[in-house]
Amino acid sequence: MSAPLSSLDNSTITEQLLLRLKIPTKLRNLEATLILFAMIITSSALALVDLGATGHLNVSIIGLSLGLGAIVLAMHMAQRFVARDADPLILPIVTLLNGLGIAMIHRLDIANGLTGWQSQATRQMVWTAIATVVAIAVIVTVRNHRVLQRYRYVWMAIGIVLLVMPLIPFIGVTINGARLWVNLGVVTFQPGEIGKIALALFFAGYLVTARDSLSMVGKKFLGVRWPQLKDLGPIFVVWMVAMMVLIFQRDMGTSLLYFGLFLVLMYVATGRAIWFIVGGGLFGTGALIASRFLTYVEGRFAAWLDSFNPVVYEAIGGSYQLVQGMFGFASGGIIGTGLGAGHPNIVPLAESDYIVASLGEELGLVGIFAILSLYLLFISRGMRIGINGADDFGRLLAVGLTFVIALQVFIVIGGVTRVIPVTGLTTPFLAAGGSSLVANWIIVALLLRLSDTVRHQREGGVAS
Amino acid sequence: MKELRRVSLGILVLFSTLFASTTVLQVFQVDNLRVDPRNVRTLYDSYSTERGSIIVGTTNIAESVPSDDIYTFQRTYVGGGLYAPITGYYSINHGMSGLELAMNDQLSGQSNAQFFDQVLALVTGANPRGASVRLTLNASVQQAARDALGDLTGAAIALNPKTGQILALVSTPSYDPNDVASHDADTAATAYQALIDSSNSPLANRAIASTLYHPGSVFKLVVAAAALDSGAMTTSTAVPNPASLTLPQSTSTIQNSGGGKCGKGDNVTIAESLLRSCNIPFAEIGQIVGENTIRDYAEKFGFGATIEIPMPATPSIYPSGMDDAQLMLSSFGQYDVQVSPLQIAMVTSAIANGGRLMKPTVVDSVLAPDLSPLTTFEPTEYSVPITEGTASTLVQMMINNVQSGVASNAKIPGIAVAGKTGTAENGDGAPYTLWFTGFAPAEDPQVVVTVMVENGGGLGQTGTGNSVAAPIARAIMKAVLSQ
Repeated sequence: MSAPLSSLDNSTITEQLLLRLKIPTKLRNLEATLILFAMIITSSALALVDLGATGHLNVSIIGLSLGLGAIVLAMHMAQRFVARDADPLILPIVTLLNGLGIAMIHRLDIANGLTGWQSQATRQMVWTAIATVVAIAVIVTVRNHRVLQRYRYVWMAIGIVLLVMPLIPFIGVTINGARLWVNLGVVTFQPGEIGKIALALFFAGYLVTARDSLSMVGKKFLGVRWPQLKDLGPIFVVWMVAMMVLIFQRDMGTSLLYFGLFLVLMYVATGRAIWFIVGGGLFGTGALIASRFLTYVEGRFAAWLDSFNPVVYEAIGGSYQLVQGMFGFASGGIIGTGLGAGHPNIVPLAESDYIVASLGEELGLVGIFAILSLYLLFISRGMRIGINGADDFGRLLAVGLTFVIALQVFIVIGGVTRVIPVTGLTTPFLAAGGSSLVANWIIVALLLRLSDTVRHQREGGVAS
Repeated sequence: MKELRRVSLGILVLFSTLFASTTVLQVFQVDNLRVDPRNVRTLYDSYSTERGSIIVGTTNIAESVPSDDIYTFQRTYVGGGLYAPITGYYSINHGMSGLELAMNDQLSGQSNAQFFDQVLALVTGANPRGASVRLTLNASVQQAARDALGDLTGAAIALNPKTGQILALVSTPSYDPNDVASHDADTAATAYQALIDSSNSPLANRAIASTLYHPGSVFKLVVAAAALDSGAMTTSTAVPNPASLTLPQSTSTIQNSGGGKCGKGDNVTIAESLLRSCNIPFAEIGQIVGENTIRDYAEKFGFGATIEIPMPATPSIYPSGMDDAQLMLSSFGQYDVQVSPLQIAMVTSAIANGGRLMKPTVVDSVLAPDLSPLTTFEPTEYSVPITEGTASTLVQMMINNVQSGVASNAKIPGIAVAGKTGTAENGDGAPYTLWFTGFAPAEDPQVVVTVMVENGGGLGQTGTGNSVAAPIARAIMKAVLSQ
């Protein structure tokens, strides 16, 4: 028992209530202020887009501003009731990223002449609303994250179903060469985006129980202690799953994302860096073989290594999009062309896969640095939740969810800036796309829940 | 938690590469990526600035007018094909040519002299505007030259030998740059393809670029200049005067045009050879002077160099490593001697200007958007290929050419005209290339005119420089002198 807790116990009920209201209100008020800042920036960005691209303001931006404001406010209010101690920075950061995304999508709508329900920005706004409702539902229903650990094999089953869904005939859809989508008549969505959360939950739940055996030291060979052969089963299974995604769904990004997530959680759970060597070797071998036998992987590698070669540039699935995206970045330079003043719509899929190139063109290197810093801040909050986590499951889950966002940002932005081959993932919160928004907002809800628990335990005295 | 800190560090490393990769793209690679021809943004950006005008006298012969499409401005040209060889075109899908290309930095506002304006425009948010280019051309001379060439295929250049300022530059047939500059992709593509497919190459600027031509007898001016100026010969030196000459190590013979000897004597001087434009004496003179000396002079006149007016002209060719027969043939402008009309105008200009060759140009000044001059072109000397004495000797010979020789059709009553014709052969049965180059008034030259007519002027092998090219040159000279 620490000092502040004993004093809390000795005070009157009124004092306790006052104290409970006072401390959390401080955090929530900070959050509200920061959300207001995020909304001011978003609204300004929308107004600048209109002024830059058309020369006058359009009424639709009022709808977009108020819509996002109302949605985020609902989330904020929900926290005041059920997660009063949650991290105050996460929601404002995500609001700003989501808002900047909508502003850029709105800018591309103007360039492409899309209005009304054709407008991608309107759709993105509706998806943001749906995503937030789901996130509120998560934060309201999941009061104790430890419950989630109990259902680890359910998460595994859900994860596998979601992974396999796009391969089922009739409902599976192939878009841009990758079989990642499911068409349920009403909506088309990417189950793999939700799948990453199910897998993070499963990995965290499973590794908490299995880590003792996985930490066992095996024989020493080449100066390092290798894991025991019988413990290689799990990593092998996950590797097989990743390879199946690579081969059958034709998606390198998702494959890398799942496998990377598992490796990091395995390392955090066991404290054994050898898993990186084993896993990196497995994935590297798989990718190398795939690049020889799978034409799409081979094409992606060629487009990456030899982007400016006219043959690669002209080829179907070649480097045209990548090179045009790089032209966009270059045209933005350090300070950007200004919102609405560039030509981001030249790049195919400028509103989804290449939204970072669009932002880079109009906001410049300065804007890209700001966006990368926002992601880093988000990630640092997530890692803090992990570091401060009271129980092992919560710790692993926070790290897993945060790392998924970090790795996804790296894979996408690294792809469009030619650090790694281009893959088919979306930029979290920024890119147009419903599944991605819903999935990432669920991650936000889970991280907020975990952070609330962390502070709650410290102040509530149930810390272990 | 040691592991978590390491994972955080790993994420930081991943993000560092993103900070680095975006910096590389947006700072260090910017120039490389901007000039890539596949980068259409560069073109869009150049369209969004109000491009400067190209001005002749007080008329904008090329200007950008506001348009309602994404390109903001439409480039329009006046005069149809009249100025097309100078302006070239500025097109979305087919690039640019002519002065639009050569002065693109200034016209688009990207030149160093406009740097301050660019920064100011960035700060104030005003649309950047390009500088205008005022030409040295004279509208009435240009029109007269165009009219004089009529339906013939060829080129004409008029310039001031004292300054190098080009007064008229015509290439026929021409084209309307408005068609290629159309923002409608189909219209522009159809027009462009038709010009490319056309057998008589309307896009070629025959005065300065495209293919080169055999100069024929106008090259005798270069050989005569080399012979006299180098001291290899004097005005009184005479060479044998046979009616036919067998080339060394060959069975081929050469004749003077029209057959027979060059005048009556057994020997003949340079002056008489030039007056009658005889081939055999010039073949002999060439052999006496030698290939290396002739090349030295040719290069001082501009052969082998890319002359920029500022559109680049194709370098004219004086062949090297010739045997005796080839040297003899080249000395009257055949074999592999190939020239642009601009090059012949430069040779003539040096002779007219007392041996001083002024650098030819079409640009008079570059004007800021408020029409204040940014740069004014001062006359610059290109070289001094011959002495004043050699020049005045050649001037006298050229006056005689017009007065009593083979260039009689260039005569203007009351004015001394100096000139030289050329009728170049292009192989068995092929039509001749017809030339006239000269200047007036001979005692105080105001204008040098060079005319080249392709394809024998439609007369096959019956047309001559004097019958076809000289009257055109006379019309252009009169247009200048009547100003």
